[in-house]
Amino acid sequence: MTMRPDPTFHASPKLAMEAPAENFAYTVLLSPDFSKPDALAVIDVKPGSPTYSKIVHTVTMPNKGDEFHHFGWNACSSALSPLAGHAFIERRYLIIPGMRSSRIYVVDTKPDPTQAKIHKIIEPEEVFKKTGYSRPHTIHCGPEGIYISTLGGGGKDGTDGPPGIFIMDCETFEVLGRWEIDRGPQTKHYDFWWNLPRDYMVSSEWALPPQFENGIVPEDLLSNKYGHRLHFWDLRARRNVQTIDLGANHQMALEVRPAHDPVREYGFVGVVVDTTNLEGSIWTWWREGGKFHIEKTATIPPEPAPKDQLPPLLQGFGAVPPLVTDIDLSMDDKFLYVACWGTGEMRQYDVSDPRKLKLAGSVRIGGIANRAPHPNGQVFAGGPQMVEISRDGKRVYWTNSLYSTWDDQFYPQGVPGAGVMAQASPGGGLELAKDYWVSFPDGYRAHQIRLDGGDCSTDSFCYPSA
Amino acid sequence: MSAVDWTPAWLWLAVIASGLYHGINPGMGWPLAVSAGLMQRSSRALVAALGPLAIGHLLAMLLVILPFALLVALVEWQRAIRIGASLLVISFGIYRLVDRRHPRALARIRPTQLAFWSFAVAIAHGAALMLVPIYLGLCRGAEADKGHEAAGALIDANLTMAVLVSVVHAGAMVAAGGCLAWLVYRYLGLKFLSRSWFNLDAIWAASLVLVGAVALALGLAG
Repeated sequence: MTMRPDPTFHASPKLAMEAPAENFAYTVLLSPDFSKPDALAVIDVKPGSPTYSKIVHTVTMPNKGDEFHHFGWNACSSALSPLAGHAFIERRYLIIPGMRSSRIYVVDTKPDPTQAKIHKIIEPEEVFKKTGYSRPHTIHCGPEGIYISTLGGGGKDGTDGPPGIFIMDCETFEVLGRWEIDRGPQTKHYDFWWNLPRDYMVSSEWALPPQFENGIVPEDLLSNKYGHRLHFWDLRARRNVQTIDLGANHQMALEVRPAHDPVREYGFVGVVVDTTNLEGSIWTWWREGGKFHIEKTATIPPEPAPKDQLPPLLQGFGAVPPLVTDIDLSMDDKFLYVACWGTGEMRQYDVSDPRKLKLAGSVRIGGIANRAPHPNGQVFAGGPQMVEISRDGKRVYWTNSLYSTWDDQFYPQGVPGAGVMAQASPGGGLELAKDYWVSFPDGYRAHQIRLDGGDCSTDSFCYPSA
Repeated sequence: MSAVDWTPAWLWLAVIASGLYHGINPGMGWPLAVSAGLMQRSSRALVAALGPLAIGHLLAMLLVILPFALLVALVEWQRAIRIGASLLVISFGIYRLVDRRHPRALARIRPTQLAFWSFAVAIAHGAALMLVPIYLGLCRGAEADKGHEAAGALIDANLTMAVLVSVVHAGAMVAAGGCLAWLVYRYLGLKFLSRSWFNLDAIWAASLVLVGAVALALGLAG
């Protein structure tokens, strides 16, 4: 309990952009063969610092096999909600779920990120018992506490009942219970986000645990059995109000990125692969006349490649699909970054007109067949994956691993963890920073990145910028 | 003028002061008016949001005060009622001091239900309760003027006083909150919101205890 709101809480996206730049980045480290405990790495991102782009602290967990993936803060700018009437919590704890173990770690980043330590561990049994869900994934701070999406239901393989969202207290970190009252036709889960003043949530679908835990199941993919729908929810009523099917061939609708400015009632979602032509795609959804609408607003073609450069999984196709596995929207809602993990490209789209996407910049690095090196000469294994944008929109950070078992199928030669950063020009254009290269300890892969003081996929705002 | 004559004036001042105090507290809703104005890009929307906020606050006051308006008609029990009400306010203040957690149910109210939100917040935080001792003091002053009248007339007088107290208080509340909302919307900008927002929880709880304690002291002395 503090006397003033946390200085990193901002009423509007504009105020967040004007805030001081980030000094530290947090990245989760996972041991893909589960031989070592997963960890949280703290990276110095302050230009001019002697330890710039190096890991300055590591929090190693006491268990093995957690499989870290996504994580998030206990509190963000949403605490300034005029409805909450109580802004006195700190952005202090990182909530890190183990996607395979269903264990959740709460890491305290105060008094200093370089002294981060485990604050609390929530054992899987508590999550199972109180929610009936398993495999916790995405974290957002909302009206009643911390919302955590899950990928699995009950039972050993997580298929006993649908996955969903549960709520955790943002101060005691007690698991409070399921969020949904009426889930409608929703049976799969991946990402979710919302527009707080407009009181709606959007959620997406990846797959059920048997479809991802031991690797991608090609038969399921080719028979369009992965997720391909978007669900729209009444946030306060906790009800599914509309479900839109993108078409069964649009397999795996993943990251949901609503505009940060709450007056803008639109957002984006990325689709990993179209099974009819291997394209990746970006879709724009919007609300109009009380209903949600969606249309495909950008496609990214596959790139042909000789068979000997392809992993067994792709040899039959003679091409590399772009595999749009993460997207991220800048704080001013102007640029959408699209990670093409297969072809090894980070794309920057100008989305000022949200239904007319314009390619504004691109960086080639890594890739299944492309294998483009970093400008510093280092080999970037894998491809651009989890992407995070600085609040001011000038720096774009990303790592290279998708998910333990899937990495092995698409990049059988291995994906040693790497982190890079590109500088974005205000008018468009993207260039890799030569002096920024994070190497991670041997045997670890790196996934999502979080910036101290908030970032473009963390903070939700209750007041418009204008 | 004697001290007794001054008492009602002080009490009315307390009604207004508590209204201003509630009004400037962000927890009682002025940021919602700013949000409405900004979301709809119209100062009219800001003003329009103040209406339901004031009505919600007013209804909360009435809900809490009206039962006391009926109770104080039981003239013989006056002293016990006053002391009981003071103790109630003190206990609620102490409870708010000990348990600072906000009722989670408030988070379930929709952003569009401003009047309901304002009502629920005023009840949950004891805003309405804070007014009870002041109200009871005013009833007593009015009675002293009239002497002992019939119970029916007394109830009428008390009800009128309850409505008057609630309206004056809610009026002061919405005037203060409205001015602040307008200043932030028009001149100060959203930065003022996070910069000026102090944690009033402890002070708020202490105010409840203070109001209750003063009323208790006066009740015991009288």
